[in-house]
Amino acid sequence: MIKAILIFNNHGKPRLSKFYEHYTEDTEQQIIRETFHLVSKRDENVCNFLEGGLLIGGSDNKLIYRHYATLYFVFCVDSSESELGILDLIQVFVETLDKCFENVCELDLIFHMDKVHNILAEMVMGGMVLETNMSEIITQAEAQSKMEKSEICAFLSLCRPLSFSVPDRTGRRRPGLLELQHAPYRPSRT
Amino acid sequence: MPAVSKGDGMRGLAVFISDIRNCKSKEAEIKRINKELANIRSKFKGDKALDGYSKKKYVCKLLFIFLLGHDIDFGHMEAVNLLSSNKYTEKQIGYLFISVLVNSNSELIRLINNAIKNDLSSRNPTFMCLALHCIANVGSREMAEAFAGEIPRILVAGDTMDSVKQSAALCLLRLYKTSPDLVLMGEWTSRVVHLLNDQHMGVVTAAISLITCLSQKNPDEFKTCVSLAVSRLSRIVSSASTDLQDYTYYFVPAPWLSCKLLRLLQCYPPPEDGAVKGRLVECLETILNKAQEPPKSKKVQHSNAKNAILFEAISLIIHYDSEPNLLVRACNQLGQFLQHRETNLRYLALESMCTLASSEFSHEAVKTHIETVINALKTERDVSVRQRAADLLYAMCDRSNAKQIVAEMLSYLETADYSIREEMVLKVAILAEKYAVDYSWYVDTILNLIRIAGDYVSEEVWYRVIQIVINRDDVQGYAAKTVFEALQAPACHENMVKVGGYILGEFGNLIAGDPRSSPLVQFNLLHSKFHLCSVPTRALLLSAYIKFINLFPETKSTIQEVLRSDSQIRNSDVELQQRAVEYLKLSSIASTDVLATVLEEMPPFPERESSILAKLKKKKGPGAVSVNELEEGKREGGELNGGGGERGGDNSTIAASNASTPSPSADLLGLRTGPQVSAAPPSAGSLLVDVFSEAGVNDDGFLRDLEPPTESSDSLLAEGPGDSDSAPPSAVSEDAAPPLPESNELLNKFVCKNNGVLFENQLLQIGIKSEYRQNLGRMYLFYGNKTSVQFVTFTTTVSCPGELQSQLNVQAKPVEPLIEGGAQVQQVINIECLGDFCEAPLLNIKFRYGGALQNLSLKLPVTINKFFQPTEMASHDFFQRWKQLSQPQQEAQKIFKASHAMDTEVIKAKLLGLGMALLENVDPNPENFVCAGVIQTKAQQVGSLLRLEPNAQAQMYRLTLRSSKDTVSKRLCELLAEQF
Repeated sequence: MIKAILIFNNHGKPRLSKFYEHYTEDTEQQIIRETFHLVSKRDENVCNFLEGGLLIGGSDNKLIYRHYATLYFVFCVDSSESELGILDLIQVFVETLDKCFENVCELDLIFHMDKVHNILAEMVMGGMVLETNMSEIITQAEAQSKMEKSEICAFLSLCRPLSFSVPDRTGRRRPGLLELQHAPYRPSRT
Repeated sequence: MPAVSKGDGMRGLAVFISDIRNCKSKEAEIKRINKELANIRSKFKGDKALDGYSKKKYVCKLLFIFLLGHDIDFGHMEAVNLLSSNKYTEKQIGYLFISVLVNSNSELIRLINNAIKNDLSSRNPTFMCLALHCIANVGSREMAEAFAGEIPRILVAGDTMDSVKQSAALCLLRLYKTSPDLVLMGEWTSRVVHLLNDQHMGVVTAAISLITCLSQKNPDEFKTCVSLAVSRLSRIVSSASTDLQDYTYYFVPAPWLSCKLLRLLQCYPPPEDGAVKGRLVECLETILNKAQEPPKSKKVQHSNAKNAILFEAISLIIHYDSEPNLLVRACNQLGQFLQHRETNLRYLALESMCTLASSEFSHEAVKTHIETVINALKTERDVSVRQRAADLLYAMCDRSNAKQIVAEMLSYLETADYSIREEMVLKVAILAEKYAVDYSWYVDTILNLIRIAGDYVSEEVWYRVIQIVINRDDVQGYAAKTVFEALQAPACHENMVKVGGYILGEFGNLIAGDPRSSPLVQFNLLHSKFHLCSVPTRALLLSAYIKFINLFPETKSTIQEVLRSDSQIRNSDVELQQRAVEYLKLSSIASTDVLATVLEEMPPFPERESSILAKLKKKKGPGAVSVNELEEGKREGGELNGGGGERGGDNSTIAASNASTPSPSADLLGLRTGPQVSAAPPSAGSLLVDVFSEAGVNDDGFLRDLEPPTESSDSLLAEGPGDSDSAPPSAVSEDAAPPLPESNELLNKFVCKNNGVLFENQLLQIGIKSEYRQNLGRMYLFYGNKTSVQFVTFTTTVSCPGELQSQLNVQAKPVEPLIEGGAQVQQVINIECLGDFCEAPLLNIKFRYGGALQNLSLKLPVTINKFFQPTEMASHDFFQRWKQLSQPQQEAQKIFKASHAMDTEVIKAKLLGLGMALLENVDPNPENFVCAGVIQTKAQQVGSLLRLEPNAQAQMYRLTLRSSKDTVSKRLCELLAEQF
């Protein structure tokens, strides 16, 4: 079973947290910090598995993580999951995000948290894997998006013109997570 | 076209997020958030009804704030309202809020349940999925009550959409996990199992998680899933399915599902049906073969997916543990991975090999990789991998390679990561003990361990080395020599000092012949470490010193000097001060005989499960140490310890099970105070913990007997007489034999001592140990079978004849009815003195030895003087009281001939053993002895004074006793007259 899915950036700022077991809000924040602490101090190119922190169940659980550009994707799982399988699942998740957001980057996760949650919900439900087929997941996301658009267009056309884009403070084209996947880690302030 | 267009978001939300991101400081961020929270609160509270869009926007903002780590304590109601909207966007954000923020105890559950119910019956698949997700995410009991009946129906209904089926399967799984009693599969079982055959792979993916969980709980009901899973797996692996198009991941067909199918099969033994089994073996072979084929893609995802399946297949092979051919192939495959350039694969290979090492078919094959694994331990960059390597070395260790592995682990410890040191230390200690053929090697290893990683050597480890040294005669001299050498190091770890102190205190005499390690050299060496040590270690060293006085009388004056110094005798620590005072006193007043008895070498420890193993088990959680390993550990441990008595399970019979000790009196003196033993929590059954932990802060073992009983023993004694399960005191069975003729004589032996051998014949030896406090007493009887044949129907009865019944309350705990040849059992007897008494309780023992009934009765050495409380008083007071007790009946006097040599020290020891206070400088004649004490009975206290006047020329004594009660004076006089 997947106990938690955490995404945070190189500085430990959480970008998504989804817990499939109940913890208090405080504990959840502590788990995120603890996990960041465990994962971030590891070199690149070491293995992608390590024993879970104490808060989330210690050595009974494993942290399986991948580092993409500025973001860490961490799945905390119990012993019933295949490590490599989960690694693939993380890849499917990121590839799906990349398809849905067209060259996904950290900002997309920040400004479209709800959509990231929805995509994740198409893959993992109550800690178990619901679907691994990327095209199936994308189809579902598209259908939702279409519904959303029709509802919002109907509403917004009454209020204000539809013009909005994610603000990018640098103004440059943002590098996507997958593009940077193999780039060396460079600490940068975001 | 991207699936999610970026231009349709909510402007207010984007602006808010940008604001937060532009905040320069944490304070500014909190300020901005508080402003927003206030804004949202006012909007929610405001009169104007919010439209769906605004609600959605604000809920999204709250979600963002929550993610940043701030508590959200409102907005739940608005989120619940969104659920009943008929717009997808609003409904969806409502569900999102609830699944992130609502926990299962929320009061809102009823409202949420209503909304869910509507959505489930809406027949709109999108809404149904949202509702099912919500149930799966919250998973509360109320939800289970409301929907556990409905969801299986949705799951198996023919007209349910595939996507809904998937959600329903996992939703049901979640409810089953939280409330298994509410999810009744009964009629659905077979239809759920057949979901494995579903056309849609997504449905199978979801259903297999559900089926795996249900199979683990009800393997029999779900066992039909085995053949279905095998055929599904076979279709995937042989690429016979045509429905795999979308589930092929980097050229690997359905890797996730394959893994899950292989996991499901691990819930069951190998299939019995030959055809099914054949098909499965074929699948496993195909998977192993594919690993050798050239990769279809260079991408890491391709090899990941392929290897994910391979590792699951290997797990299944190891689980079956029945196909030697496959096991060896699996082992070879893992061997290849051990050298793979992918760190992940090396990690997983080490992990899988650990389980493989325990299979008899592959243990040898695993051992061939020892060099690679040792190399991994030394060179891997990643601590996770090094830890797996250490685990594997531990798992593959056996007699043939133990020395090499232990040496490698020890050398690794010098540089090991802090996070894994403690575990490594435990493992080294266990392996060293388990495979020790040569005890000097064992001692060397453990001392090295302390030297290298002293801080990580837990108490269990050094307790264990002492236990083993004590139990093995042949290693004691070597151990003494080795610790002596180890202590020479200018800086040695405190644990080394503890071990050194203990071992030299016990066996220092074995190396004292060499002038380089003469007694004084040993003492000075130990004492040079004293001031650097913590209080518990110093306490242990003080005990070692008093043992030195016994071992080497020539050190007595030096050690007394040390004990007498202000830093000891006035130490601010109570424990140290008390030890210094008591040991000093003991060394100055006790005769050498008494010292030798009190400070006798520790008796061997009874055999138990290694405390270290228990500790490792606790550390790693159950399952980390297999049952086999434990049993093996026990067996090997038994061998190591010279196979002492076999019954070690009972915490309270520490020394009782030691049949190899020649004399129980040695045992008894080694015993710690009994009540504390039974008061110790029954922790993990580990000997050393039990033996030592009761001492609290002073965790060394010897000499506790010298110390006064603690409060806990008091309360235990107090509750004794209330025990209802023991025989009534007067229950003398009719056929009890009359007391042995010598029983009065035996009784007299114990007037002035509490411990020793009460009785011995060719069959049976009865040891006794007792302690008294106020009017309460507790006696431990140890029945030792001296033969090699078991005693059966062993029963004992304690009775108080005649009027003793009203004077003493004696409760005997039941004793085990069977005593194995060479074994010992223990019986506890609680005694309460109600009034003064003259007779002794009777102990009747009956058992069958080789068919013949043995029946004997003895007097239990409970005499009135046992309830003495010593009373110190000055000369003036003594004579004043003496005069007060001047009525003729209050005095009893006897003049008798000395039956032993009239040695002053011996007389003093006996009078002290009597329980009274021996008063110095009271009697004008220094040859005379006077004593004072108060006898504590439940009914009254009887003050007593004693005067003993020896006449060395005539070899006669005059004994005078005065007490407030005539019977007491008389009885004491009778008892004492036999002692000198």
